[in-house]
Amino acid sequence: MRMFSAIVSSAILAAGFAGAGPAVADDSIKIGEISSYSAIPAFTEPYRKGWQLALDEINAAGGVDGKKLEVISKDDSGKPADAVTAANELVASDGVAMLAGTFFSNIGLAVSDYANQKKILFLAAEPLTDAITLSKGNRYTFRLRPGTYEQAAMLADEAAKLPAKKWATIAPNYEYGQSAVAAFKKLLSAKRPDVEWVGEQWPPQGKIDAGAVAEAIAKTEPDAIFNVTFGADLVKLVREGATRGLFKDRAVVSLLAGEPEYLDPLKDEAPEGWIVTGYPWNAVSIPDHAAFLKAYEAKYNDYPRLGSVVGYAMLKSAAAILGKADSADSEKLVDAAEGIGVETPFGPITFRAIDHQSTLGAFVGKTALKDGKGVMVDVAYHDGAPYLPSDAEVKAQRPQN
Amino acid sequence: MSFYFVQFVTGLSSACSLFLVASGLSIIFGVTRVVNFAHGAFYMLGAYIGYTLTDRLSGVVGFWGAIALGALAVAAIGTLIEMLLLRRIYDAPELFQLLATFGVTLVVEDLVLLIWGPSELLGPRAPGFTGAIDLFGQPFPTYDLLLIALAPLVLAFLWLLFRRTTWGVLVRAATQDREMVAALGVNQKWLFTSVFALGVFLAGLGGALELPREAANHTMDLQVITEALVVVVIGGLGSVPGTFLAAIIVSELNAFGILVFPKISIVLVFLVMAIVLIVRPWGLLGRAEAAARAASGMVLSRWRPLRAEGRLFAVLALAVAALLPLVAGSYLVGVATEVLIFMLYAASLHFLLAGGGLASFGHAAYFGLGSYGAAIALKACGLGMETAIVAGTVLGLVGALVFGWFCVRLSGVYFAMLTLAFAQIAWSIAYQWTDVTGGDNGIIGVWPSAWAASPARFYWLTLALSAGGIALLRAITFSPFGYALRALRDSTLRAETIGIERRRVQWMGFVIAGAFAALAGALYAFLKGSVFPDNISISLSIDGLVMVLLGGVGTVSGGIVGAAIYRSLSIWVISHTDYSKLVLGALIVLLVVLFPKGLVGAFEAWRSVRTLAGLHRQNP
Amino acid sequence: MSILVVEELGKSYSGFQAVRDVSFVLEAGEMLALIGPNGAGKSTCFNMIDGQLAPTTGRMAIFGKSTAGMTPGDIWRLGVGRTFQVAATFASMTVAENVQMALLSHHPRRWPALRWAARYHVAEAERLLALVGMTDQAQRSCGELAYGDLKRLELAIALANDPKLLLMDEPAAGMATRERHALMGLTGRIARERTIGVLFTEHDMDVVFGHADRVLVLNRGTLIAEGAPAAVRANAEVQAVYLGAGSLYGARS
Repeated sequence: MRMFSAIVSSAILAAGFAGAGPAVADDSIKIGEISSYSAIPAFTEPYRKGWQLALDEINAAGGVDGKKLEVISKDDSGKPADAVTAANELVASDGVAMLAGTFFSNIGLAVSDYANQKKILFLAAEPLTDAITLSKGNRYTFRLRPGTYEQAAMLADEAAKLPAKKWATIAPNYEYGQSAVAAFKKLLSAKRPDVEWVGEQWPPQGKIDAGAVAEAIAKTEPDAIFNVTFGADLVKLVREGATRGLFKDRAVVSLLAGEPEYLDPLKDEAPEGWIVTGYPWNAVSIPDHAAFLKAYEAKYNDYPRLGSVVGYAMLKSAAAILGKADSADSEKLVDAAEGIGVETPFGPITFRAIDHQSTLGAFVGKTALKDGKGVMVDVAYHDGAPYLPSDAEVKAQRPQN
Repeated sequence: MSFYFVQFVTGLSSACSLFLVASGLSIIFGVTRVVNFAHGAFYMLGAYIGYTLTDRLSGVVGFWGAIALGALAVAAIGTLIEMLLLRRIYDAPELFQLLATFGVTLVVEDLVLLIWGPSELLGPRAPGFTGAIDLFGQPFPTYDLLLIALAPLVLAFLWLLFRRTTWGVLVRAATQDREMVAALGVNQKWLFTSVFALGVFLAGLGGALELPREAANHTMDLQVITEALVVVVIGGLGSVPGTFLAAIIVSELNAFGILVFPKISIVLVFLVMAIVLIVRPWGLLGRAEAAARAASGMVLSRWRPLRAEGRLFAVLALAVAALLPLVAGSYLVGVATEVLIFMLYAASLHFLLAGGGLASFGHAAYFGLGSYGAAIALKACGLGMETAIVAGTVLGLVGALVFGWFCVRLSGVYFAMLTLAFAQIAWSIAYQWTDVTGGDNGIIGVWPSAWAASPARFYWLTLALSAGGIALLRAITFSPFGYALRALRDSTLRAETIGIERRRVQWMGFVIAGAFAALAGALYAFLKGSVFPDNISISLSIDGLVMVLLGGVGTVSGGIVGAAIYRSLSIWVISHTDYSKLVLGALIVLLVVLFPKGLVGAFEAWRSVRTLAGLHRQNP
Repeated sequence: MSILVVEELGKSYSGFQAVRDVSFVLEAGEMLALIGPNGAGKSTCFNMIDGQLAPTTGRMAIFGKSTAGMTPGDIWRLGVGRTFQVAATFASMTVAENVQMALLSHHPRRWPALRWAARYHVAEAERLLALVGMTDQAQRSCGELAYGDLKRLELAIALANDPKLLLMDEPAAGMATRERHALMGLTGRIARERTIGVLFTEHDMDVVFGHADRVLVLNRGTLIAEGAPAAVRANAEVQAVYLGAGSLYGARS
């Protein structure tokens, strides 16, 4: 009888799954989109708004090759395994032409490997890990955002100009933090052989014991600090560090801290004078950005975050690839995507054929307080291209098909 | 020297903030024996409600009023949940309350998101405690000093409350002898409710008091719950001073540990817990649990093998399952494969938990070892899929052999927490040992051999191995060994008196359960094509418990039904909404209230009533 | 030969002396009662003899073997059966399976993991259940038995290892008077037939004096009297203890 009830319940569920696929018109092109909406909503919500805006614009302009573009969006609840399930549903059940999205690096890698196995194009939007285009790169995966190495390199350029000789690092204890610190150390030491690395702290992501970490770093008496923590950890570190005088008379270089997602929650306690990568949404002088900003504010009555730009650029790239290939065949899509140029709010970008990385760049500037809010000043946009690995480096690291 | 003093005081302030939340958990467990998983959710609610109130009320009175009101509001919510939910299930098997509070946690997480939005919310600093004072030449936050003063006050208050008031005496008496207190005419219901309210108040207070230190955010609950639980266990269950001591030890070890090993934080509390439990099986200040509570409140029904009718259904079910790929698309087949894998995983935990009375909070360790063993064998050693699956199973078996040897020396919640500690240690190894495991970026490219690559074929392979595994587990359950394991569950006293060696038999049971979980994990690696530390995560261990408890811990194989339903549901819900936690949590709460014996347990009870009624009709 | 020798046995819990200098012997086939008011230390004595508690002082030997350091399981394997004050049985098994479980444990062999346990020692279990008069209940669920039946089942379990010594802590507690006499009569008969030595405690003095060959009286952890039932009954000190603690005979005698 136990078995019987199992059969009945699974039959009911199976019926539920079978009927799950939404009914869609045949004359549309479907893109499967996956991101960590429930796990990290602070960053994925603006991202979703970004691609929805792009979707509206594309369809208002007649779609792709006269066909309406449709995005089927799935949550991965922050787990790689669930992301693969979602990818499988999108590909096998919904019949999407390509996959796009993902936030966390490990989820990006899992979906990238799935895409490689199933031979379907995957446009990774947010994952920062360099492995996705280099050591674990594959024919079917493209990545939009500048990776950890690129952003660390942009900051290392600025850091090299500082007089500081003794450096300490604080980074979350996982791959992103580790590769960011490794890249920054390598690049800064190369430019400034006189630099000395005096201390490092590796708090677990999301669980920083900020007081103890701040004291431990202060004890090593560095001239400057390289910080990779973000989100709730960054808030705690900034508060504790400020109260304990950790940042007094010290230069701080911090990855991502200039992104509105991370800077805004700090309100009037946002640090001043930190050198950061980020997105100064109200101080961007790129012409394409003005149109994007206007449309975004009109649609959502809110300002864009960096995620919004990524989401927007992701869908524009996807549309460009689909338009250029003029086919839903994966091989043709990949061929079309290699070397394709796309207009984004940050200006034109190219997806390099050699490593499938886009040349989207990032803004580097200094944090400041203005009207009780953290902002970025002295901003400069760094195009990604000069910071990307050379052809020889790519060939050495990326598996060749 | 002054640095070390400041670091010590810094550690102390962390300890105090940890103690505030853990003390409530300790009280609730000590009296009601409920492992309140929702404690972290209440802590988070304290921070969010506190944030809203501090935003509205200003000034010194406003700020502290907001903190107090926030904690009280959380206590009110907690009281409501206790009265509406927990009261209905105090008589259900132990751990069932854990399931209910887990459901509450899921619901709260999504409600917080809906009410307060996704961004982190930074509250104001505490008026009068915004700056730092000079401590041996180093600036030290005055707010941290306030916390250091507050925690001992709370400790003293609790001590007086329990030792010097009538209420406290009654509560302690209820802890030791519920019937006697009931016989004295004391309303035990309200005693429990008041204790729960006090515990939740402390959680809310702990959360609200964090506002000047950190932004209210969505992951606060899960960050704090494991740590608080670990501290309570290290201190000794139900001992508030023990909790205080443990909080200090853990925080100071962290404060000084990171000076030598900057990466230690990720695993430190679990290492400390494992060592403490191995040396002192009841925590630092805890006492031996009076009697094994395994059987209390749990009506032990008779277990029997499937009869002819049941076997027929099993065969039919298997036949229907085998035909699935002929009618279903590859996505559905993939989902079915995943469900089958989780049925095997749940069956292995069910074998241990229901069949042996051993509640493992860390069963994912063996699932994960199976995954990693298979992935490493395939990618690093270049073995084929078939050998890799065997290798994964063997790695899980060996892991269970090692960890189990320590675990079976303990019992009850301490056993559960040691399994959790080992699972977290295994997790942190997978997370940190990048050269072998790939760290958090995992191992990718773990795909089946060509002959089994199509979804249908991999499904059939999984069906064969899962069904075989489940059948084998059932056969073991009814073998002399399974009887010995169950005898120990039913009555440890009697079993040991007739010469059954508890540790050896339970160790064997642990290893068998671990090996089958590892087989499931190895299959999972090939289904997903990749392996990540997630495969060893606490949430996977909890999923296992949820599946077993939903199915019914008093049944022979309820876990597999629980797994089929819960896993299918969660895949379906995640695919259809971003608020999957809200839906799943509400469903769990509902099922817990409707079916306190689990789904299969309820079904069996219903059927036996019907059978009896039928007999009465035949023999008037 | 004495099957159980207890010498100067003592147990103290953090200063409290629960049992002090208790010495006695038990012969094969003998029914020996250990009596005393509540809290006299009877259960403590039982738990030390069957290995659940380690004595603080003194020695014990069963069948001539010292039991120092032995677990309850070790003592069971020597050939000792035990019943508890509160019946301890396996509630998720049938009555027959309870006995079979004990038989499986008694016949050590490499348990083939995959044969059904319920198929082992069927005849032997039936015989033991017949002995205690529970044949017709063999297939009932243990969880639904009346308390008196549980006590009889415990006796059957205790007999499964063919013991030569039975330790019975209040075997008839919770039973009606007639049942008590029946159970102890049954125990006495089995003990004589198989020359089993029985050490038991019992509150009902009618039962004690009706079935015991010899009686030990324990008060505040110390043996105060020992001898044939009639002699113990007449002992002034015993009378004083029981009169002080309530009534030795009750209105019935």
